[in-house]
Amino acid sequence: MITFDGVTKRYGDGTVAVDHLQLEMATGEITVLVGPSGCGKTTSLRMINRMIDASEGQILLDGVDVRTIDPPTLRRGIGYVIQQAGLFPHRTIVDNIATVPFLLGWNRKKARDRAMELLERVGLRPEMASRYPFQLSGGQQQRVGVARALAADPPVLLMDEPFSAVDPVVRTSLQEELLRLQSELNKTIVFVTHDIDEAITLGDRVAVLRVGGKLAQYAEPATLLSDPADDFVREFLGQDRGIRRLSFIDDSGLRLRSDLTVPVADEVTAVAATAAAVESPWLAVVDEENRPIGWVAAADLPAAGTLRDVRLLSHGTFVRGKDSLRTALDAALLSPSGCAIAVDGDGRVAGVATRESLDEAMALAASATFDPKDAADG
Amino acid sequence: MDDQPLIRWDWIGRNWDTGRAGSIMSLLVDHVIMASLAIVLGLVIALPMGIACVRWRWLYQPTSGVMNVIYALPSLPVFMFLLPVTGLERATVIIPLGVYAVAVLVPAVVDGITAVPDHVRQSAVAMGFNPLRRLLQIELALAVPVVLAGLRVVAVSSISLVSVGALIGQGGLGNLFTDAFKRDFLTPAIVGIVLIIAMALIADGLLIFLQRVLTPWAKARRST
Ligand SMILES: Nc1ncnc2c1ncn2[C@@H]1O[C@H](COP(=O)(O)OP(=O)(O)O)[C@@H](O)[C@H]1O
Ligand SMILES: [Mg+2]
Repeated sequence: MITFDGVTKRYGDGTVAVDHLQLEMATGEITVLVGPSGCGKTTSLRMINRMIDASEGQILLDGVDVRTIDPPTLRRGIGYVIQQAGLFPHRTIVDNIATVPFLLGWNRKKARDRAMELLERVGLRPEMASRYPFQLSGGQQQRVGVARALAADPPVLLMDEPFSAVDPVVRTSLQEELLRLQSELNKTIVFVTHDIDEAITLGDRVAVLRVGGKLAQYAEPATLLSDPADDFVREFLGQDRGIRRLSFIDDSGLRLRSDLTVPVADEVTAVAATAAAVESPWLAVVDEENRPIGWVAAADLPAAGTLRDVRLLSHGTFVRGKDSLRTALDAALLSPSGCAIAVDGDGRVAGVATRESLDEAMALAASATFDPKDAADG
Repeated sequence: MDDQPLIRWDWIGRNWDTGRAGSIMSLLVDHVIMASLAIVLGLVIALPMGIACVRWRWLYQPTSGVMNVIYALPSLPVFMFLLPVTGLERATVIIPLGVYAVAVLVPAVVDGITAVPDHVRQSAVAMGFNPLRRLLQIELALAVPVVLAGLRVVAVSSISLVSVGALIGQGGLGNLFTDAFKRDFLTPAIVGIVLIIAMALIADGLLIFLQRVLTPWAKARRST
């Protein structure tokens, strides 16, 4: 656990970058510090590994005041990733990753073996090992940055806008990668970003800071979206709070119908009969392996033939028991039927969420926006 | 004189390697030794000076001012000035050339270190490098291409300037020029010029080779 106890940082020129910050960052969780530029995020982060010393208050690492630990020793036990990756241009990728093991005096072979293992872990091919940083793309450099931070297996990882400089597609894949790694490693991660969407995607808990280094709200992402503490937080969260909150609601409230699918081999006459029987103008068409291939409208059926002769309409799917209500709603909006097809982990149809069941689930979600327990934390 | 050929090969043959002090071979060795010592002396002094100038920025302005003045001094009077102190020794030539080298290399060291991107320096701090290790393994290592570029300039100019020392009898191949003048005989001067140019080219080539081997990472100007 990392504890900020009344931490203030006043720079030499009088700037108060962080103002009486009181925070507890749980072990094994991702805590995100988010806020506009200049609100003291980097300063807060760097006080943890003593690249900056606090003016007032204490920072405790599992109960130990960081100021009692010699800075190089402290830092070798804390991984650090920055925006430009900060790789050493004159060292190969494998040696970049092995930086901290080398500093800790591991023998070369052990350090490099460990580095190779991490290279693979962050999704890079072994051939990359002997390259130099300038030969890698921005996204690849960031991955190396993450691998380097993890090399000596530190319990704590500090990340300062690590994905801000890469393009959106790469950023998304790096975020997914981080979450995947975290599910295996359970590090205590402090992640700094100015991007509220990134904060909400990655954070187990999110601390919103305002300029002047004051904590505006500290809460779980869902709570942040449903109960912003004040106008500043509300504005910072931006548009679509309601829709975005659906990302944190699972699909258990969504009833599925199992009678709305038809095999693609069916004769159109049989399909018309099914549609009439289930009283639905739309049916989801599945292939021989029960995977969805599209929607068919009963009204548009030709006089004869099988469904193979019919042009099917687009569809959207969500994974039952894994995806959020937001994904389900998105899937529904992707098909002219307005219904979402639920699939299992193998992509086979588990049922259909109709407009009515989506409607019910939304109403349920809306009524649950205020949870007194969460509000008390904020 | 008029019917004398431009190059008297027989003279070269007789004087190439007589085993005595004045032979072309021994002058060449002398020349190499003096130029090399001047370069090494310059580097050994410039490194700590450059590092100090980075560490204490206020030092750099006055230091580079003094360096420029020194660099502007003509070499011959400097040799003359040193003569009473050091005598008719190689040191009389090596010391001023070493100082010229310092004047070129200090800015190179300073530029090389200050060109290290801030995020690289910051990440070295964050990884837990202590200041000395960071200086040696990151900052100086990254300054190598700039320092080597400075060394190339220093090597060529030192090799050529050693010959001025001939005027006090310590000029390596430069002695061939004074010899040629005294005897109104062109061949030694031509031999001296050719050998000095060849030496400069070889030294420069070696430094380029060293650059390739030591800093493969600097091949493409990097974006990081
Ligand atoms: N070394 C410094 N000296 C003076 N002021 C600084 C220094 N570093 C940062 N600041 C100021 O402190 C405030 C917080 O900076 P920073 O922690 O970098 O913010 P963020 O990372 O959230 O953008 C800003 O107003 C910034 O200008
Ligand atoms: Mg910052």
